[in-house]
Amino acid sequence: MERLRNTYNKYWYAWAMVIPVVLVLAVLVFYPLFQGVWMSFTNINEANQVGEVCTKSLGGAETCAANPNQWQFIGLGNYADLLSGRVGEFWQNFRITLIWTFTCVFFHYTLGLALAVLINRQIKGRGVYRVLLILPWAVPAFVSAFSWKFIFDRDNGLVNGVISALGGTRVEFLDTVPKALAVVIIVNVWLGVPFMMVAMLGGMQSIPGELYEAAEMDGASPWQRFTNVTLPSLRPVSASVILLGTIWTFNMFPIIFLITRGGPAGGTDILVTGSYRAAFEGLRNYSLASSYGVLILSILIVYSIGYRFFLRKQGEVW
Amino acid sequence: MAKKTYARGHRSPLASFGIHATLVVASFIAVFPIVWIILTSFKPKASIRNLKLIDNPTLENYTALLNNTDFLRWFSNSVIVAIFTMIVGIAMAATAGFAISRYNFPGKRPLMWTFLITQMFPVAILIVPIYSIMSAFNLINTHASLVIAYCTVAVPFCTWMLKGYFDTIPKDLDEAATVDGLGPFGVFWRVVLPLARPGLAVTMFYTFLTAWGEVAYASAFLNTNDKFTLAYGLQTFVPRPPTLPVWELLTPAAVLITVPAGLVFFFAQKHLVAGLTAGGTKG
Repeated sequence: MERLRNTYNKYWYAWAMVIPVVLVLAVLVFYPLFQGVWMSFTNINEANQVGEVCTKSLGGAETCAANPNQWQFIGLGNYADLLSGRVGEFWQNFRITLIWTFTCVFFHYTLGLALAVLINRQIKGRGVYRVLLILPWAVPAFVSAFSWKFIFDRDNGLVNGVISALGGTRVEFLDTVPKALAVVIIVNVWLGVPFMMVAMLGGMQSIPGELYEAAEMDGASPWQRFTNVTLPSLRPVSASVILLGTIWTFNMFPIIFLITRGGPAGGTDILVTGSYRAAFEGLRNYSLASSYGVLILSILIVYSIGYRFFLRKQGEVW
Repeated sequence: MAKKTYARGHRSPLASFGIHATLVVASFIAVFPIVWIILTSFKPKASIRNLKLIDNPTLENYTALLNNTDFLRWFSNSVIVAIFTMIVGIAMAATAGFAISRYNFPGKRPLMWTFLITQMFPVAILIVPIYSIMSAFNLINTHASLVIAYCTVAVPFCTWMLKGYFDTIPKDLDEAATVDGLGPFGVFWRVVLPLARPGLAVTMFYTFLTAWGEVAYASAFLNTNDKFTLAYGLQTFVPRPPTLPVWELLTPAAVLITVPAGLVFFFAQKHLVAGLTAGGTKG
């Protein structure tokens, strides 16, 4: 008891300062999380969520009776449905998610790194280049999505304008999966490179100049300096931004949702947009959406653990 | 044996040309889509598909957008939501960030891990339960619901960033202030917060932009035109096929939405990643 009081006296102000955040997280992140996990074991949807069905008689009186088709616990039913492909398009969405995440992160990282290397050198006008290259980051994602949808539009878009001016026939970009997927990936690469570039630039500026001087003394060529000094020094930064970037891209909602709406025929849905559409389009299937959510979270957790393990094995303290 | 030296800062004119050429091309790709949207927004409706950069420039798209649509209402809704998110989010993130930076209290490590892990939660799993919590409190189709939801997105990240920023303010200052008789809250309010103004600015910008550009919660929680934020309202200009998109309204709207976000962004961008890496490496 005495010890408890001491702890309290010593730390009450620290706890008082974090309590609002803890409360918000508890009520609006962890409680929903557990509720989401619970829902994924039920068959709750828009039609069966209420406990009572009320019908109005002609006189205006209301009679309520217990809902005969009320939602119930169905165990792993949703997961079985999803993973066996009976309901929804889990594996299709998963495949698209992998293509989407891998391609986007690959181009974000390589292009971001390349531009950072160029801009980190002593060149004229690097301030101007830096501002221009960061510009896509300043545009809200939903605005970029609509703007690019316009640029790729069949009848009014710039791309098709150029194609037809060159004598080609206009292309509908969003009518087949490969073309539509290419469009959303291009858009997401366009808007994600600046973050990587700035992160890499920050990492490069913290590399001590002596390392380069030493390398120069040893007669290292620029390429050797890059592979033997720059890249290894950037590994901690790269490790965190690639992990963050993967998670963000995996959960990236607005681009696909606003450009293709998952179309054609759900072919470009990633897991996040697929689950959103299950939850809020057509008959709102809350339980199915939650099962999607649980699966997404599990995939990301496994990935993060694997990623850390992989880094540890390579001797990274992280 | 003449050995070629490779000193830094010296390079052949050809290499210089290559670097500049690459950067010019990259900058062009980065900027041109934005420029194209701006140029298109000034074209009359009939020539919107025209490839000419400038074609009978006119403000008619802007006047149509402001007079005939609810754009201004959506705009003010977005401003309200973004500003409240900013104030509420920063208030919570700053106090928590300060406690985590300055005190070693039981529960600190798990809390920091929690902040990182919440970055991983997909909208997909939270949105339905949050939706039902909001409807239990009758908050569906209100701006309060959005402010609350956005705080859950922004606060963990901002706390992390502010903690990193507070770490750079020397602890001696706190101790001096404590000797002079300030309590922990006094130290926070009178000493650390004023010194952390740049860090606060960055996190404010971050929360503002988060709220300004969010789509999923806004699309799920709002359902009447007078409550729409920009992210939702704009979807009415690009309805699902077969209805044709209204590009001549979309382009000026895109420009008007990007201007405030762009301004905010340019004040913040220099510090944005510095703050992020500071928080990340000193964990």
